Amino acid sequence: MNQEVYEKIRNNPKFHELVTKRSKFAWSLAITILSVYYTFILVIAFTPETLGASIGGGVLSVGIPIGIFIILLCFVLTGIYTNRANNEFDKLTEELKAQARAENE
Amino acid sequence: MNKILLTLFLTLNSLLASADAGVSGQRELNLAAIVMFLIFVFATLGITYWAAKRTKTAKDFYTAGGGITGFQNGLAIAGDYMSAASFLGISGLVYLKGFDGLIYSIGFLVGWPVILFLIAEQLRNLGKYTFADVASYRLRQTPIRTLAAFGSIATVLLYLIAQMVGSGKLIQVLFGLPYEIAVILVGILMVLYVTFGGMLATTWVQIIKAILLLSGATFMAYMIMDHVGFSFETLFSDAIHIKGTDAIMSPGGLVSDPISAISLGIALMFGTAGLPHILMRFFTVSDAKEARKSVFYATGFIGYFYILTFIIGFGAIVLVSTNPQYLDIAQGTLFGGNNMAAIHLSHAVGGDLFLGFISAVAFATILAVVSGLTLAGASAISHDLYANVFARGVADEMKEMRISKYATIALGMLAILLGIIFENQNIAFMVGLAFAIAASANFPILFLSMYWKKLTTRGAVIGGTLGLATAIILVLLGPIVWGEIINGDATKAIFPYKYPALFSVSVAFIAIWFFSITDKSETAKEEIKAYEDQYVRSQTGIGAQGAISH
Repeated sequence: MNQEVYEKIRNNPKFHELVTKRSKFAWSLAITILSVYYTFILVIAFTPETLGASIGGGVLSVGIPIGIFIILLCFVLTGIYTNRANNEFDKLTEELKAQARAENE
Repeated sequence: MNKILLTLFLTLNSLLASADAGVSGQRELNLAAIVMFLIFVFATLGITYWAAKRTKTAKDFYTAGGGITGFQNGLAIAGDYMSAASFLGISGLVYLKGFDGLIYSIGFLVGWPVILFLIAEQLRNLGKYTFADVASYRLRQTPIRTLAAFGSIATVLLYLIAQMVGSGKLIQVLFGLPYEIAVILVGILMVLYVTFGGMLATTWVQIIKAILLLSGATFMAYMIMDHVGFSFETLFSDAIHIKGTDAIMSPGGLVSDPISAISLGIALMFGTAGLPHILMRFFTVSDAKEARKSVFYATGFIGYFYILTFIIGFGAIVLVSTNPQYLDIAQGTLFGGNNMAAIHLSHAVGGDLFLGFISAVAFATILAVVSGLTLAGASAISHDLYANVFARGVADEMKEMRISKYATIALGMLAILLGIIFENQNIAFMVGLAFAIAASANFPILFLSMYWKKLTTRGAVIGGTLGLATAIILVLLGPIVWGEIINGDATKAIFPYKYPALFSVSVAFIAIWFFSITDKSETAKEEIKAYEDQYVRSQTGIGAQGAISH
């Protein structure tokens, strides 16, 4: 791959669209999971009793469903990202590549 | 290869003989375990033979030819992550402390979504065989590769020693074998898998083991839930009743202060994103699409596995701690220590046969994980140090492969030797240190090379080295090494925190930033300029390995 091709792609508005859309999406998901996790960690560090509180007076504590929720959230968010990236973003990428090839010939 | 197989066969035979004689082990020998383990070994050697015929080029050796699917790779990544230490360690932690075990699992899991969102596809698009390919993409090869290889080898060796020592002890308890023989056996088998079968054999050994482990753990969790009438309410209230306290339902002493809590979180998250044997798996799939799928499946399998270990830990409280058969009254723990909770539980729910199955799976787990580690270490030596530093990138491919095989054998011997030396040492700090180095040296360079245009060679080398040094020094001055090991008291530590990542990762990032922006050399200007093209490739995969033909 030579620099000319890279140069052309860089100047293609589609490339700009792809990169902006994807980084916005990826970073907002990353920030979501990071804030959920660090909130959880800070609650453990500062007020552990919050998570130890019983739900409705039963044996189950608040912390356990929250913990399981975070595990499920990790799975769901990776699913959401993979789904959008493998369809929408990959389609944009393919179009970009096709244009680059066409221009090169 | 036949000679080696023969030796191996003789060793295994003598094991069986010693099994009959009933050697010293703390536990009586389990014939079912040995038979199932032998089946696993012969099956995996068969796979290695099959893989050896398909491993011809360097690309085959390092990345299984890039032909692994996302689903298979997801299982293999999950397998790398579900080591014997995490299976036995986390279920043991839940058994002992309840909720704290869940905190740990979550920390290990949250790194994965972040790896997917920010690293996986860029890694796949820019790299070839090792993560150093990515870090040195537009920076100077020699210094960056040397540092990255050093970080990789350090991480691999520490992790390997911890696995070897753990495996020797585990096998001693499970099979009644002498410690040294167990360590030597693990060492020989892993060298066989890697040298002959390369990444293809290593991946399939890992996939098979992941399936066995997930099935075994699922069965255990099912039997526990069956025992409590499929009611979590009953499971938890029985456990609280037996423990005599509901402390197991809330956070305990595992993470006591905010700094330790955040530092542990950073180590687990960024450490995962800097483990060479995990990063290497992203090069075994064909493109970014499959790389994303890998992480999606891996996250699912790992998350499911952690939910199972949580149930298993509570199940052990209910079914194991109440049965005197499993208790070592003198020690006040379970036989073989509290990390044996899952092993004893397998006996409690499935008798001798299932105990045999889980023991064999635990052994298989160790084998699969050490093979992956050894392959990553050998690649750092042959691909980074030999081919790109020593031979300046003009190495003959066959010679590079030969070097990687010698490196595998050398690492195998070193692992056996260190495993034996560290038998009676406190090695609790080693996995922590491996994660700290991965988080403070490997990850910052990798991450900034992808995302920060102004990164220069000078910044990366100085910052990475400082991160590495800070991690090592703080662990040495910390509660485990300076405290417990040298002075016999954790509170005597010079550096009060067990996890240095918060400090060492910050040092790395700040130093990389400072020494990059103050770098006004000509090469620095070129490196910054080269970012533009790298960015196009990292975002689109154009020019990536196996994505487009030149």
